[in-house]
Amino acid sequence: MEAMKLNDVTANDLPWKIKYDASRCTMCGSCVATCSFRAIEAKVERRRMVFSEGNFPEPKQRFSAVPVIRQAKSIKNYCRGCGMCEKVCPNDAIKPDRNPDTRHPIVTRCLGGDSIKRGGRKNLEGSVRTLDRIRVGRISQMTDPSLDAQRHTFDLLAPFGRILPPKKLPFATDADQHLQSTELTPPVNWIYPVIIGDMSIGALSWRMWEAVAMATAYLNEECGIPVRMCSGEGGVPVRLLKSKYLKYMILQIASGHFGWNRIAKAMPHMVEDPAGILIKIGQGAKPGDGGLLMAQKVAEHIQAIRGVPKADLLSPPNHQGLYSIEESVQKMFLSFNAAFKFRVPVAIKVAASATSVSVFNNLVRDPYNIVGGFFLDGIDGGTGAAHEVSLDHTGHPIVSKLRDCYLAAVTQGRQGQIPLWAAGGLGKTGDLAADAFKMIALGANGVFTGKLILQMAGCIGNDLGRCNACNTGLCPAGITTQEPALAHRLDPERAAQNIVNYFLAMDTEFKKLMAPIGNSSLPVGRSDALVSTDRAVAERLQIQHVC
Amino acid sequence: MCRIGAIKSRNYTHPSSALHLMQSQQKGHDNSGFAMVMQDLGGIFAEYKHLPTLSMACTDEGIRIAEEILHEAGFLRVLQWAPEVCDEPGLDINAMPNYVFETFSYPRRFRNASQKEKEELLLDTRLQLRAALEDGEQGFVYSFWPDVITLKEIGDPRDIGTYFNLWEPDDRFTAKVITAQCRQNTNYDIVRYAAHPFFIQGYTALANGENTFYLKNKEFQQGLHRGYIGFESDSQCFLYTLHYIHRELGWPLHYYKHVVTPLPFEDIEQREDQSQLLGIRQSLAHLEINGPNTIIGLLPDNTMFTCCDAKKLRPVVIGRDEDTVVISSEVCGINEILPDRDWESDIYPNEREVVMINDDLEVQRWKQ
Repeated sequence: MEAMKLNDVTANDLPWKIKYDASRCTMCGSCVATCSFRAIEAKVERRRMVFSEGNFPEPKQRFSAVPVIRQAKSIKNYCRGCGMCEKVCPNDAIKPDRNPDTRHPIVTRCLGGDSIKRGGRKNLEGSVRTLDRIRVGRISQMTDPSLDAQRHTFDLLAPFGRILPPKKLPFATDADQHLQSTELTPPVNWIYPVIIGDMSIGALSWRMWEAVAMATAYLNEECGIPVRMCSGEGGVPVRLLKSKYLKYMILQIASGHFGWNRIAKAMPHMVEDPAGILIKIGQGAKPGDGGLLMAQKVAEHIQAIRGVPKADLLSPPNHQGLYSIEESVQKMFLSFNAAFKFRVPVAIKVAASATSVSVFNNLVRDPYNIVGGFFLDGIDGGTGAAHEVSLDHTGHPIVSKLRDCYLAAVTQGRQGQIPLWAAGGLGKTGDLAADAFKMIALGANGVFTGKLILQMAGCIGNDLGRCNACNTGLCPAGITTQEPALAHRLDPERAAQNIVNYFLAMDTEFKKLMAPIGNSSLPVGRSDALVSTDRAVAERLQIQHVC
Repeated sequence: MCRIGAIKSRNYTHPSSALHLMQSQQKGHDNSGFAMVMQDLGGIFAEYKHLPTLSMACTDEGIRIAEEILHEAGFLRVLQWAPEVCDEPGLDINAMPNYVFETFSYPRRFRNASQKEKEELLLDTRLQLRAALEDGEQGFVYSFWPDVITLKEIGDPRDIGTYFNLWEPDDRFTAKVITAQCRQNTNYDIVRYAAHPFFIQGYTALANGENTFYLKNKEFQQGLHRGYIGFESDSQCFLYTLHYIHRELGWPLHYYKHVVTPLPFEDIEQREDQSQLLGIRQSLAHLEINGPNTIIGLLPDNTMFTCCDAKKLRPVVIGRDEDTVVISSEVCGINEILPDRDWESDIYPNEREVVMINDDLEVQRWKQ
């Protein structure tokens, strides 16, 4: 018999325990074949069987070797609870069960001597989300009628680009009493108030990235919904850079500058301008931490697009050589504005922080009028890979921070001049339209979303610790992996279709939210439309408290 | 709901016409007040068109405070008129002790000042008076401007007419332009300042409607101009936007419509002037209005106009004869004071129209 030592890892130390019913198992092998983590394996068990053959009880025993499915007891190949085994089992013979007694956070650190890394979202569950404590409570009735969501027209667009203060509009009245422009103004693109952002090729499988790009193009070309997709920091396929579909893409640059070599080289061949440039300073899911693409995901095509060897790819937490807000405005914004001849808006993405308002105040006062958007990313958003301690214990919720930035703009009389885009766990409960609408009423011009897009495509990860293995390159859904066999599990067309359908549903839901408050254009900053039954939330956000 | 009306005539008109115009629509409003602005004044004010007239309702203490401020600023009174009030028992009016209509000459140091400097002085003085009288509600200062008189009171419009002797026409108290409305704004508090028409620096506006973007408008306007204060009514925002577009930005009037009810983006894209219209929509997004509205406005040169919300959820009609143009929420009001007009030429503007009446009573219809 195998000797067990106290500190040996057992299934009870791991976050998930495999529940296996040998009597239902036909040994087809599907579960073992499908488990991308190799967390289950076929093994042989020695079984003792007692039997009697005669007319009278005459117990005998027999030992036999029986093939069974067993859980790997390893902190490397441990079960993530993804449930793929259960999905493929024809006989319901196997499934993962959450282990409330897990010692995983301790055992992993003790054995590995390294911090825990994972993907997904914050797993420390708080109380009810703030957005779920808010209702759209200012319903138009009687003299101020509600609109008809089916029949009325709605302007569901949000600005991306620097908007001038009214007195700076370079207009002069001509002899016919018409305003004529006397000089150029900063570029502004009016786009759908939900941006698909910003997940790189690398973090995503090429098939998933393609699915998102396809969905974006389809929504624009076939559905008339001007959704934009942000590339993430990881480059863009050259074929897309040179195609007309580039106009639906927002190109991201972050501290690693991954992929920009190719983008810069493709510039002379571009037939369309990109929809915008997003300079990523920080990410809400792991603020203060740079991007992280583990070597196991740096496949050959990723090396090519990014121009890197196979190694862990870390975007530094800060942009090297960027020491002040003023400098960022002058150097980064100006250079990217100039690169596209001032035709493409340039925005900035920062992690929500206790200091966000100061940063925003500085940018909004920028006299050059070149900051085309303030993307504020709160905790609760997802990430492909991060240290668990960053994911769980750092970050700032988005709702009050967005509200603070909007109210700071109001104080300066500059609301809307740098469009505010918010993210961080929006759509976490599946209702992105409601979350986005509430954020807009609190002052956002629009929102951006990433994790939810993956869930539309079939990601089975959740905030209770299920899967969250985006960092391993072993995504069982083929979404965040570069393994060809795994990536081919994802049908890009089906994933694109799901995304398109979700957006169509969300578009209807937006109208169903705008109609009752009687608004045909987005109610940016219309906090009077919101109420909360929670006094603390109401006071903090300056909305009506109701009970 | 509000009912609004406006009369613009070649002849001096007595406020009794405005009362008749509004009285026939009384089923549509709640008889909670009466407010009017008279511009291009006749009668006793005709000789003083170039000098500012103060319109104020106040206590005795209010008069003292106001006169001290005006005296200190160097204004000299040249004309004082107080309406003879008929304080019969049983009248539904919440009257103030004094109604002051006084015309002043400009301070000596402004003798050579530019028109603009004088206009800023008048605004600052009105704001100063208003602030000084606010404590303890010593008074309400509605306008301080040449050739303009404002009267507002809480109560039944019929009784307010009786109280101020406005039912009997005479030629002492007349104007070529009268705008009127018969309701206190009861959405919020009953406050005298909340009654339309509202006035700032020669601009007048009154509205029948709800401004569901009130909070957005208000938060933005507060930072635009020192005169944009009060916000006792969501309709004040319409006035401030008019003042901002036309006076502060210096844009032609028809751009007002592009600010308050911008064209949908897909329509803007079809226009030759799309870059200007987009610029307007972007930079003035917080001045857009939403919700049902009809607005009547007046410019300092007495140009009158009306326009509606983008879905035409509130009615308005324009009727006219050779000497008079009347804008009214309901046609019955016009029937009352222009019974013999050619009603077939009445105009029912659509949601994308601005109807403008210039000082020669020429009516223009502008498509947005």
